[in-house]
Amino acid sequence: MKDTIDKIRSMFDGGDADEKREDLVFVTVPATQVVDCLGYLRDRAGYRHLVMISAVDYIERGVFQLTYLLHSYEKQNDIGIRADIGRDDASMDSIHRLWAAAQVYQRELREMFGIDFPGSPRVDEPMLLEGWEGIPPMRRDFDTKKYSEETFFPREGRKTADPATHMAEKNYASEEQVKRSVKDLVRGRRKRKGNDG
Amino acid sequence: MDRQQGDKIRKQPDLMPVRETRDPWYPVWTERPSFDLSSGKYLKIWQGPQHPGITGNMALELTLEGDIVVDAKTHVGYLHRGFEKLMERRKYIQCFPIVCRICVPEPDYNEYLFAAAAEELAGIEIPEKARWLRALTLEMIRIASLVMGLGGQGGSFGLGTVGQWAIAHRDYILDLFEELSGHRIYHMYIIPGGVRGDLPDGFEDRTEAVLKKIEKLIYDLEKVLFDNAVIKSRSQGLGVIPASWVEPFGITGTNARGTGIANDVRKDTPYLIYDQLDFNVITGGRSDAYERSLLRKEEILMSIDLIRQIFKRMPKDGPVRVKLPNVLHWRIPPGETYVRAETGRGEMGYYMVSDGSGYPRRVHVRGASYTHAMSLLEHLAVGISIADVGGLAVSLQTCPPEIER
Repeated sequence: MKDTIDKIRSMFDGGDADEKREDLVFVTVPATQVVDCLGYLRDRAGYRHLVMISAVDYIERGVFQLTYLLHSYEKQNDIGIRADIGRDDASMDSIHRLWAAAQVYQRELREMFGIDFPGSPRVDEPMLLEGWEGIPPMRRDFDTKKYSEETFFPREGRKTADPATHMAEKNYASEEQVKRSVKDLVRGRRKRKGNDG
Repeated sequence: MDRQQGDKIRKQPDLMPVRETRDPWYPVWTERPSFDLSSGKYLKIWQGPQHPGITGNMALELTLEGDIVVDAKTHVGYLHRGFEKLMERRKYIQCFPIVCRICVPEPDYNEYLFAAAAEELAGIEIPEKARWLRALTLEMIRIASLVMGLGGQGGSFGLGTVGQWAIAHRDYILDLFEELSGHRIYHMYIIPGGVRGDLPDGFEDRTEAVLKKIEKLIYDLEKVLFDNAVIKSRSQGLGVIPASWVEPFGITGTNARGTGIANDVRKDTPYLIYDQLDFNVITGGRSDAYERSLLRKEEILMSIDLIRQIFKRMPKDGPVRVKLPNVLHWRIPPGETYVRAETGRGEMGYYMVSDGSGYPRRVHVRGASYTHAMSLLEHLAVGISIADVGGLAVSLQTCPPEIER
């Protein structure tokens, strides 16, 4: 593990290793070196299993941090390759030629973060946001609360706190109206009679 | 094995040759062929999202030539609840009701992984007894999920009785969970710092009774499901995953072990107390739908054995959780980590980034179904009959909630 990290740092201008556990180390490399670095790890160092690709939005620094996590079944450890790319016009080299599974992750990142992966198959096909306009929803500046308040409207609340009255009004509205109007009629007549007498 | 009646109906070679039609490192979908639907030769139909043969709310867009699938596309998005985004607006403890809903059949893995990731970032060590109790619940829910998977496998090939048996036996385990945590489906038993409470009195005996029932179920299933000529002729040779596909597609769990590769997170990078338990990774070799069901059956027996081992070796007393700071003002130091566990479907992991505030900066859930259903299923479905697509999807144990977090 240690010599692999040293190789990455010398060959691909890697930054300081961020050791989390004995079997998990994160290394930051420049975005242009990522594909070469992943290819090296896959073919030479035995990190054959692509665990996941993920992005973190560091809006205060103006970058997306992409994390590629690789696992080696021989050495039983993980290396996370981190790369910062600019938030504006975010674009990254695709690795679908290295791992077929990467295509799905890249498709999701394109949809949810707006990071483009030119050449990746079906990358512009949305999984769920068909016809979505506006900023991609997983970005930090997308306000979920504001969106839901603008898009969905609260239902009209109950007029009464008594569940029996509420359900009767909801289900038998016309009958309730008739009952109430009869009651009012009777009451009014009694009142008038009383006044007369 | 005795001569089966099915041999007379259709001659099915016992061992289908594994054909490698594609180079997995350069898959053909980079140049996906287009089919002229107006020619009348092809028919496009949707299987799902309400189709009972599909595991959950997921759709397959199939292009058929006769009844053979020539092109398949997975469509998800019917179940997206934006969990990862929701978690960014909630405190760590408030995320708990969210994470367990990421996977319905196996919620405990989500609870464990979220708790483990938060504990690792915060530098909390949990008590010894809590580790054993966590492993116990994980193995119990694993059995429930695998039993239901076997039932689904029978149902997808027209053997509905097995499905009913499976659901009934899953319910026995859910009864145990109800006794343990008060909840049947989403238990929230595992919390940061340990587990919510100790086992009730006599829990071991009642668990043992349920385990005996499940062993009896397995005994019945061997006769009804695995010696069934129809099931055999339909599932043998269906959905063969070549061993060379495991790495490019990131296949994990039983689907990978079916090809003969002994990948098991519990053995490779033991978490909790799995390094103190005796078990062997069960592998296959033929890697078809039948083999995968066989492996799942073996893994249920293995989990039963593990639960018995856990009861035998678990410390009888001791604290089950450590005291946390006030969880509503709980700040976790900045950092990022990844923790993984072996679920019934494969490797599941949580990638958590903290920026030092009271809210997680980013939580990424890596579910095994993500690659299995999204890219592998599209490849395996090509060339098989439409009648077998449901059985194939079930044999990969895909779980759409895991895809759409």
